[in-house]
Amino acid sequence: MGCLTADGMKPVYILNDNITTSLGFTTTENIDAIKKDVIGIRMVDDPVLYPRPILLSRIDTDQLRLRFGKVIQQYRKDVPAESFTRLEQMFIVSISDALQGETEIPLRQRTLLVISTTKGNIDLLENRYQTLFSHKRLYLWELGRIIQQFFGFSNPPLIISNACISGVVAMMAATRYLQSGTYDHAVVTGGDIASEFVISGFQSFQALSPTVCKPFDINRTGLSLGEGCGTMILSTKASLSSHDTPIRVAGAATSNDANHISGPSRTGEELSGAINQAMSQASLSSSEIGYISAHGTATLYNDEMESKAIELSGLKHVPVNSLKGYWGHTLGAAGMIESVAAISSMKSSTLYRSAGFETLGVPVELNVISAHHPAEVSACLKTASGFGGCNAAIIYQKQ
Amino acid sequence: MERIITSYCHLHDNKVIVNDRLLFYQENIVKFAEILKAVYKQEKINYPKFYKMDAISKLGFMAAELVLKDRTIEGYRPETVGVVLSNSSSSLDTDIAHNETIKDRSAYYPSPSVFVYTLPNIVIGEVCIRHKIKGENAFLISEAFDGKMLSGYVDELFINRRVDACLCGWIEVLGDKCNALAVLVENDDRGRSGENSGFKPLLFNVKNLNLLMTHN
Repeated sequence: MGCLTADGMKPVYILNDNITTSLGFTTTENIDAIKKDVIGIRMVDDPVLYPRPILLSRIDTDQLRLRFGKVIQQYRKDVPAESFTRLEQMFIVSISDALQGETEIPLRQRTLLVISTTKGNIDLLENRYQTLFSHKRLYLWELGRIIQQFFGFSNPPLIISNACISGVVAMMAATRYLQSGTYDHAVVTGGDIASEFVISGFQSFQALSPTVCKPFDINRTGLSLGEGCGTMILSTKASLSSHDTPIRVAGAATSNDANHISGPSRTGEELSGAINQAMSQASLSSSEIGYISAHGTATLYNDEMESKAIELSGLKHVPVNSLKGYWGHTLGAAGMIESVAAISSMKSSTLYRSAGFETLGVPVELNVISAHHPAEVSACLKTASGFGGCNAAIIYQKQ
Repeated sequence: MERIITSYCHLHDNKVIVNDRLLFYQENIVKFAEILKAVYKQEKINYPKFYKMDAISKLGFMAAELVLKDRTIEGYRPETVGVVLSNSSSSLDTDIAHNETIKDRSAYYPSPSVFVYTLPNIVIGEVCIRHKIKGENAFLISEAFDGKMLSGYVDELFINRRVDACLCGWIEVLGDKCNALAVLVENDDRGRSGENSGFKPLLFNVKNLNLLMTHN
């Protein structure tokens, strides 16, 4: 406590976390499902959501209602559960679970709330269901205000909407505010729902796979969409952690391809640049990275670009997976939930197979994880890339 | 080292101000899309992709264009220049356009060229492509212009030495209403050559951001 890293910045620790997806409503439920090779992407036939049956990782609505009912009993008995949208319920369930840990952090003054989402309550625009809500809820700051008020955070949230790197940007932003001493703690959360808006858009791009997505595989034909929410509690005070050796955020960076708004860089140089920046901030060399949790959307070009970036950064031998074969691409939640899963891997010394992967289908010979196996990992890299040519990399490290 | 605003552009309704100079003014308030077109012509900009952009990208593109016309960033390595933008309604203006294409299921015509703009950070991508900027990028959302949030975020980038220069601001479009403020932030190294057209740099802080946003 109170000690600074080499660059004079305060270290930032992860105290607790949550993953909310089709696989479960806690980190443990999700990881247990992954261990048992449960795939959350299923054919969903719901004409209200989408005119045709569609492969999707969707959170069970009844289960969500049940979990949310319990949370509202604890925090806000005075407010009816129906006054919250589906996405707000997901955020609240996820944050509440992450706050349940043995550690208590004050929600006032010195705590920052960071929210990442690409589309927020976009389903309210479609107006096919959830017709009870005012269109004001479409504004991301209104979504933020509702979450802030529910838990009683005194500071207004920092809201990040930066395509599919939003979750990693949120983690990075929170880390910087804590490192510099602006805040002591942060609740960082990211979430997005499945919506006709987004499904129809990706469909028009012909980016959706007719089968469950197969990241890095030779037969990959596109992505599978998912909905989810992830939360991490960060603090500069290691003593608040229930673990002896809490994991810390060691470095993070973003970059832009400056090439194309909907296609990734041809060379991977810019993602590699962000990875190198993150490693340099963490004072780590490529040989010290033990695991990469890749973005791995399973589109032809993303996985190809990512493989090139990984090679350029000298990481091609490092075990790598994409967890999107389990819960699909959860957009603004992806960086968060996949970071939580990576941290879980570090804590339990277990790496999980890249679901959907059989035969390598990217130009660089990556070390894609094909079976769950034990491995000591002291530092791991999480990457993300998205529309608008954006890339992000973040490194988590054991003390 | 302190940070300074070395160039700025405020584009608001029928008026465009660049570094304290009135660059464009139209007496009768017309749609801002027409104002942008008129400025595009007046400034002799040649970038055909401009016409393919959605409203928020056009607005952000123009604001960046005018800021960087007065003050070049060519001396910086691309990965040391950042872009941090913010607004209130995210990409709602274009979200409504995409939603129009899927509202009626018997006339369903979602289009990738509309859908791609349904993310607020696409304007950052457009600006990065135009000016070959490859550094940090982030898009932040707040109900109204929040100079404290914006300067706080950008300050952290400078403190962490993630950027040597940063284009930042507010790019808001919804329907016919628009408001854009873009500023170029650099380290206070006034020995650097190329002071722009008589504009006296301002300290980069909340007070000056709010001033630029309101005084014009």
